[in-house]
Amino acid sequence: MIITKEKTIEEIYSMLEPHKKILIISCDGCVQPPRGLKQADIMLKLLELKRKLENKGFEAKTTTILRQCDDDITVSTIKPILDHEEFDAILSLACGVGVQIVAGIYEIPVYPAQNTLFMGAKIGNDYYEKCAGCGDCLLGYTGGFCPIANCAKSLVNGPCGGPIDEKCEVGNYTNPCAWIEIFKRLNSRPDGIELFMKFRTSVDYRKRNNPRKYEEKVIEVERTNI
Amino acid sequence: MREIKARKFVFTGELEPEKTTNLHELIEGAKIMKDAVVAANVTDNPQSMAYMSSLVASYTVQKESGLEMIYQLRCSDRNRIALTSDLLGAGHLGIRNILALTGDHTSLGDTPEAKPVFDLDSSQLCYLIRKMVDKGTDLNGNNIHDPPKYHVGVAGNPNCVPLEAEILKLGRKIEAGAEFIQTQVIYEIELARTFIKEMERYKCPILIGIFPMKSYGVAAYFDKYIPGVHVPKHLLTDLKAVKDSDLDKSAKEQKYAEVNFEYFVPFIQELMKTKAAGVHVMAVGWESIIVELIQKAYGE
Repeated sequence: MIITKEKTIEEIYSMLEPHKKILIISCDGCVQPPRGLKQADIMLKLLELKRKLENKGFEAKTTTILRQCDDDITVSTIKPILDHEEFDAILSLACGVGVQIVAGIYEIPVYPAQNTLFMGAKIGNDYYEKCAGCGDCLLGYTGGFCPIANCAKSLVNGPCGGPIDEKCEVGNYTNPCAWIEIFKRLNSRPDGIELFMKFRTSVDYRKRNNPRKYEEKVIEVERTNI
Repeated sequence: MREIKARKFVFTGELEPEKTTNLHELIEGAKIMKDAVVAANVTDNPQSMAYMSSLVASYTVQKESGLEMIYQLRCSDRNRIALTSDLLGAGHLGIRNILALTGDHTSLGDTPEAKPVFDLDSSQLCYLIRKMVDKGTDLNGNNIHDPPKYHVGVAGNPNCVPLEAEILKLGRKIEAGAEFIQTQVIYEIELARTFIKEMERYKCPILIGIFPMKSYGVAAYFDKYIPGVHVPKHLLTDLKAVKDSDLDKSAKEQKYAEVNFEYFVPFIQELMKTKAAGVHVMAVGWESIIVELIQKAYGE
């Protein structure tokens, strides 16, 4: 899931200041904490209240999209709305990907309501970065614990000299040292020490030079009756 | 390295360029310890604070003092292109030793907003250096005309728990080409013995790090703010007693030195009985203590 943090209401007010009629679009995709229709309606109420207090005219509507990052779904969802009604701005509750998809469809200004943080997991009530999208997954060799996302230095030959009591110096010793965690996980496996001792001479950063794209090759398989 | 290879018990010192363009104090410090140590490290932006270039300081202090420098080089601030470039420069300037370090995270320094680099880590930097020296190429195998000649060392952390993770990691660094290890500060002789024993499997020379403390304030700061290292309580008490005494400034300085001798002279003598290659004395700005410590350790 993509983890986002809502921008301050002051920044959102400020971005929308010049606009009078706003479409607020939420996303029902992977964005977390939830940024769906309920959150869009709350946002609408907040904006209404602010404008009312300032005695400024304001009109807004809300809608939601199954996955704002999917161009086909987004076009087919908002086209019927925007073809029939004029809005002078859109506020998107999606991650940065969704915002860009919406912004690429019409010439109406689109504003993000979120700061997009990371790809992560929900554990308990909190969200943790778990994958950095490095393009060269090491999880098969590191006990299923990612050193790129979980090590503050993204080291591939850790640990560094920083951990105390198995905790990383970055973040004031609240996060586990990724490489001590990897060592503990591998240590109990028969092939673990060999995996831990593996020396990686360098990382090929071309795999994560942005902008990246992936072209899915469509393979046609002929159905045969067995 | 010559002395280490000759299996002499050696000492190295440490110099720290600061946020200044002036190297006068470092040159004088190097001159003081010149006859007692085989070389001195020159720190590279320690704790991710932007100080004067370690390369410039290494070259100038080595030239002016005649003491061999160990040029510390961190991966925190430079990618492999910049590292290679600085290493070629170091070769030209006659730098003979490099300590390859990953470096503290940039967020821990006085400019925490800076972008951390970490394109390479210390073992990969070792590997790069060995390629430059042994194969005459950069990391990608591109030829270097007049390749450099220097020795490369790495840092070890005997305070790491579990220690085995650190020992195995040092194994990787040695596989990458590290020729010597200088450790973080240790106060417990047993910890030093354990570390040296565990490291025997690699047969790589180890210099154990010690930190003589010029005042109670320095000791208290070190105890509180340097992660994972604790100054023994009785040592702190002895240093505090000096601070609280009625002695005048110079008598206090002498007393502080005596407390350090009391602790570190037997410590060094115990290390001499182990397979350690020597001691790395991190007495930044207090070079005279290094000379006296060594003399006393040899019973002079």
